[in-house]
Amino acid sequence: MSQTFTPPHYAWRPAPEQTGGLVATHPVIVIGAGPVGLTAALDLAARGVRVVVLDDNDTVSTGSRALCYAKRTLEVWDRLGCGEAVAEAGVRWQVGKVYFRDEMVYRFDLLPEPDHKMPAMVNLQQYHLEQTLVERCLASDLIDLRWRHRVVSVEQEAGSVRLGVETPDGTYLAQASWVIACDGANSDTRAMVGAPFSGQAFQDRFLIADVLMKAEFPTERWFWFDPPFHPGQSALLHKQRDNVWRIDFQLGWDADPVEERKPERVEARVRQMLGPDADFELEWVSIYQFACRRIDRFRYGRMLFAGDSAHQVSPFGARGANSGVQDIDNLAWKLQCVLAGVAPETLLDSYHDERALAADDNIRNSTRSTDFITPKNASSRLFRDAVLGLARDHAFARPLVNSGRLSLPTRYANSPLITADVDSFDAPSAMPGAPCPDAPVELPDGRQGWLLEHLGAGFTLLVVGEDPAVDQSAAWPMPLARLRVGHDFFDRAGVLAARLDAHAQAVYLIRPDQFIAARWRSPSSNQIRAALARSLGHH
Amino acid sequence: MPLKLAPNITDPDGFYQELIDSQRDLDEQAAALMNARLVLLLANHVGDRDTLSEALRLARPAAR
Repeated sequence: MSQTFTPPHYAWRPAPEQTGGLVATHPVIVIGAGPVGLTAALDLAARGVRVVVLDDNDTVSTGSRALCYAKRTLEVWDRLGCGEAVAEAGVRWQVGKVYFRDEMVYRFDLLPEPDHKMPAMVNLQQYHLEQTLVERCLASDLIDLRWRHRVVSVEQEAGSVRLGVETPDGTYLAQASWVIACDGANSDTRAMVGAPFSGQAFQDRFLIADVLMKAEFPTERWFWFDPPFHPGQSALLHKQRDNVWRIDFQLGWDADPVEERKPERVEARVRQMLGPDADFELEWVSIYQFACRRIDRFRYGRMLFAGDSAHQVSPFGARGANSGVQDIDNLAWKLQCVLAGVAPETLLDSYHDERALAADDNIRNSTRSTDFITPKNASSRLFRDAVLGLARDHAFARPLVNSGRLSLPTRYANSPLITADVDSFDAPSAMPGAPCPDAPVELPDGRQGWLLEHLGAGFTLLVVGEDPAVDQSAAWPMPLARLRVGHDFFDRAGVLAARLDAHAQAVYLIRPDQFIAARWRSPSSNQIRAALARSLGHH
Repeated sequence: MPLKLAPNITDPDGFYQELIDSQRDLDEQAAALMNARLVLLLANHVGDRDTLSEALRLARPAAR
């Protein structure tokens, strides 16, 4: 039982469908109120879309689970008004130490680039995150959170989806134009749709424990390969909020999950690690075997899959919840544009194109980490140990040490929505298909702010230098917000100019998810309109 | 940079002797670890990914 957190219980209420009210087709129903489903609700509501969230439980996550949130994910939440709350509640860290047997072989520093609003990474127990997101949802008139409403059937018809929903007071039918399934790696929705979910399961077991202790360890990530306290396996120590620490032990494939979960057994392992005098209490223990799997298509008609229901990764590199939130970042604006009739339904196929690419990227990275941490044969183990031994004395071997790579957003290279460069730019972090980099800006009244805070809810044309002429008489698929550097705000530090290679003249077309759709030096009205149309799936 | 396959080692006999001598007193496990370290040291020296891929292809025993 947790001593630092009392889980809230949210009241079950019958749905309007059950109380005889006249119920129209909901624009969107989200299945699952985890970090991904709650983010979906907030993002859709921020875009003015009414959304119903169905969850089979009535509380937040048990145990710390997802734990690490990366900069891009924090930026998504900041766009939704809760990035600062999450960043402040979380523990910031940037130093990691890698130990091999009884000595430290390598110390790394994430060295976050300065001049970004959000930190590189924060650690926060999933229950704290979910509680923050739920509170934001409850404050919205557009979000209808329904606890203990379990989806038991799915039926797609022309133009809508009908869900059978089971509640403590019987079942009812709910109808929606679109459904987003955020119901996790063991998604019932995915099974009901019959979508394949294939990949690789790793023949290994891990024990994760949340441990409450007052320890003097610094706020760093410590990773051990083959440590004296846990020979032949790996271990991880990571700080969370409220003096709770996350400890992972690799157990091997032969471990007995029932035996290993017993508190006395876990306590003995932790004591072995922390020393005989350590004063700690177990808060939560879980045993898991991990897998890298992906759904074949993220879109099944009017059903869209996001987060773990669409892709499962090994935990090294914190790519599970981070990529799920970034799925929603990609999906919410597209769904809103389709609902508003400014984009064809086929725009939603680009959700698969862009996010399946990201899922594959995450799966590749987390599989590589897993192969390093849990070598599959004697030869791999030999190379792994050789790398760790060399890393202690030689810098060249340190980049080969892989205990998890920092989760970075995937650039949607070659996406059908992205317009390739025709002009030359020297801005590697601001390529078309990448998220717009943040930069400090100064407002005309002298207040300090950040570039990402000022991007519009829709498409934004960010202009440095001369404002391009826009032909108002032509038909535009949707309005375009204009943001002029040196007019709407100032780039006093020159960071924006450096990151966007926008010293004299540059124009960036930025999507509602803050990704760069196109960029030019001096575009014509037609070039801008064509790029906007392409971004909305009109080709 | 294509992988050099023409003779390139000065004093081939001397090098070979040094290689063998370096592992003469090692047991199988220690020699295997040394070989892995050697591969990594030399791979870093080469650096070029295409050259390394070509060497990996050539080194792997041919399927029979």
